[in-house]
Amino acid sequence: MAVPTDTAAEPVRYLKSQTRWHWAETVFWLATLLPFYLAPDYLQLASQIAITALFALSLDLILGYAGIVSLGQAAFFGTAAYAAGIFSKMVWGEPFTGLLVGTAAAALVGYASSFVIARFRHLTLIMITLGLSLLLEQAANSAGWLTGGSDGLQGIEIWPLFGAFPFDLWGYTAYAYSLVVLFVVFLCARRLINSPFGLALRGIRENAVRMPAVGAPSRKHIRTIYTLSAAIAGLAGALLAQTTQTVALDALGFQRSADVLVMVVLGGTGRLYGGIVGAVVYMIAHDQLSGMAPQYWYFWIGLLLVVVVMFLPNGILGGLSAAANWLHERWSSK
Amino acid sequence: MLPPVFGVLFDGIAYGMLLFLLSVGLSVTLGLMNFVNLAHCAFAMVGGYVTALLVNRFGWSFFWTLPLAFIVPAVASIFFERLFYRRFYGKSDLAQVLLTIGIAFMSVATAAWFFGTTQQPITTPEFLRGSFQVMGLDIAPYRLFLILVGAAITLALVVGLEYTRFGAQVRAAVDNQRMASGLGINVERTFAITFAVGSGLAGLGGALAIDIVGLDPNFAITYLIYVLIVVAVGGLGSIAGSLAAAILIGISDIAGKYYVPQLGAFLIYLVMLAILMWRPSGLFGRR
Amino acid sequence: MSGSALATRGLNKSFGSLAVARDIALDLPVGRRYALIGPNGAGKTTLINLITGMLKPDAGEIMLGGEDITALEPQARVRKGLARTFQINTLFPGLNALEAVTLAVSERRGISNQFWRNIAEHREAIEEAHEILVKLRLGDACYQPTRELPYGRQRLLEIALALATRPKVLLLDEPAAGVPHEESGEIFEVVAGLSDQLTLLFIEHDMHVVFRFASHIIVLVGGAIYTEGTPAEIAADPGVREVYLGKRHHG
Repeated sequence: MAVPTDTAAEPVRYLKSQTRWHWAETVFWLATLLPFYLAPDYLQLASQIAITALFALSLDLILGYAGIVSLGQAAFFGTAAYAAGIFSKMVWGEPFTGLLVGTAAAALVGYASSFVIARFRHLTLIMITLGLSLLLEQAANSAGWLTGGSDGLQGIEIWPLFGAFPFDLWGYTAYAYSLVVLFVVFLCARRLINSPFGLALRGIRENAVRMPAVGAPSRKHIRTIYTLSAAIAGLAGALLAQTTQTVALDALGFQRSADVLVMVVLGGTGRLYGGIVGAVVYMIAHDQLSGMAPQYWYFWIGLLLVVVVMFLPNGILGGLSAAANWLHERWSSK
Repeated sequence: MLPPVFGVLFDGIAYGMLLFLLSVGLSVTLGLMNFVNLAHCAFAMVGGYVTALLVNRFGWSFFWTLPLAFIVPAVASIFFERLFYRRFYGKSDLAQVLLTIGIAFMSVATAAWFFGTTQQPITTPEFLRGSFQVMGLDIAPYRLFLILVGAAITLALVVGLEYTRFGAQVRAAVDNQRMASGLGINVERTFAITFAVGSGLAGLGGALAIDIVGLDPNFAITYLIYVLIVVAVGGLGSIAGSLAAAILIGISDIAGKYYVPQLGAFLIYLVMLAILMWRPSGLFGRR
Repeated sequence: MSGSALATRGLNKSFGSLAVARDIALDLPVGRRYALIGPNGAGKTTLINLITGMLKPDAGEIMLGGEDITALEPQARVRKGLARTFQINTLFPGLNALEAVTLAVSERRGISNQFWRNIAEHREAIEEAHEILVKLRLGDACYQPTRELPYGRQRLLEIALALATRPKVLLLDEPAAGVPHEESGEIFEVVAGLSDQLTLLFIEHDMHVVFRFASHIIVLVGGAIYTEGTPAEIAADPGVREVYLGKRHHG
């Protein structure tokens, strides 16, 4: 590896090169267009995958970048889903405003809870994230007059996008809608990660104790990213409500929070694409094996978790990157 | 005639004792080794299934299965500790969470495979069934039994911790691990034994729980949440904390469901959040 | 009299019945190098934790440049110009040295809350970070992840991170701890080369280093200041020798 000489321009160029858009990323995003042509029967599934990928991205931002272990990310997902659904029933079915309302609701809950979250670590933190989502789930269950309780929210009607593209059974609109939102949010997240704020988050993850010693207001940073993460999770939840036109209690449940955690870990934390890759793999596997009874499905998930944490701690992307490094070293040493 | 609140208190304390048995092991091992073991309730479930199997399939008497409900999970936990947990001491919270949740998921599936997904029936001894009236309250002998067992175990644990050498080693290691090993205490062995005892107690709790809350493969996950709440609220590494928190949660849950049934389990989550915000290390926790 | 850079009055801290800081009063004039010595368990690192705010005192005041900082959070004290290094490396293992120091510089410059601009656009911050690294002889290793750096280099990075905050007072907790003797010289040359305006308080066990660099020595025993004075006075003090120097082998 060439060692750069001591010129002032060099470090700037190095940092810039770390953030450059890689050709594989272009390939990936172009590939997301393939389902329109190659698998038009699966567009509903594809839109659900895009939504779940967005949800996973939101978790990765706090887990992979700030090091916050959350077992309750579904709190924001579900809040927004219900908010968007109820909005469409009580006000109007225009999708973009519904999206805004859902996201705002989740961001509000995220902002409020961020003050608590930022003060704690380890088990207390995990329990607070879990407790909040369980609390909201119980509240949604009890407020049946608003949420439909255990029957779920019915009768959601979403107007066509831009007045011209209805949400039909084939899922063209749904997938295009979800995919565009995912891409736009991804670009914003990418920008954030490559900014000084992103560096500060990685600092918190790498050594939370050192941060105040370099003058960093860690708690403020954590509140910011937690709120942003809640907003993005909310965006995904609102998309779910709009594309499936139902919302059920499981949108707030522990299982949903656990599932998205599995996806992010499977794909590889702290790599921005990890959540997306994990979501794709998980959802496709789940769809293919959908005949399997739920407890057996969770057997394989459990086994996967144990295997990943023991042998592939950086997930699929981590494994691929390690393999690529190994290959690169063998080639360049020839 | 006593007002119903006493009945609620009685049931709440009984439920609390159950939660205590299920949680005390996790609290002590978390305080001792800082290891987040989310598979703890899987061991409880093992104890429950041992009892269910022996009673239903082999016709054992309920009482005689209880020691086995303790021993089998205790032995199983030693096996898991050696094979898996040992490699994760000192690793990140996330790694421990993932490993142990994975094991918990697998245990749910394994239980479903062997025992099916329906609730396990249980026949408790004749004299523990039904209920009798005391001052206008319905007292179920089984719940009284639970309270007595809980009290006896608490006593045994406190005596064990305060008056035995092993207990002193545990207390030293919880207090300051590095200093304890510097003093020649074999921290790993202390932990392995404590872990086994804790898992055994959880197994006992699982067996005793069948008549109160039922047993199905989801027990490992459903009750994990309650156990985590008790441990977080009580404080890590504290028996007194686990007891206080368990009884508090037990009473809150029963009271909540009795007085405000539409809120369901809402109350205990609220209680937990309130206490954690007031005392983040739990009622009796340190740090 | 030259201004007081750092002072404490009546600093007290106990854990139950264990008193780790007893009525500690210090006054460091600007630009001086003070050494803090004492046997293990005397409370030297505890004192640094109290001054930096990582530990809350039971009583007492801390003044930085005449300003009372006792109620301030640790990061606020850093912003006022108080920095420290840790005895055990407290670095960012997955970040490389350039990223780590740039992070510290960004925080100081107040740009770390900007999440819409690429880090590479903040040229001045990056260049400042690079300069610090070059000055600490880490320029050629600045792209390697911190966890891959040799131990001595990591100790230098500890200092680099503290310097990035542009401190007026720097507390060094055993800067050469664990570094083999041949390499520790480099660390102290760096320390010696620091600006005259920077006030230093360093914890050290090696008396050669103490006598070489310190203009004033404070001896801490059992959480209280046993005595203080110039190196000559301390070297001549038989009490000090008994309480500390005689135990050097166990240090």
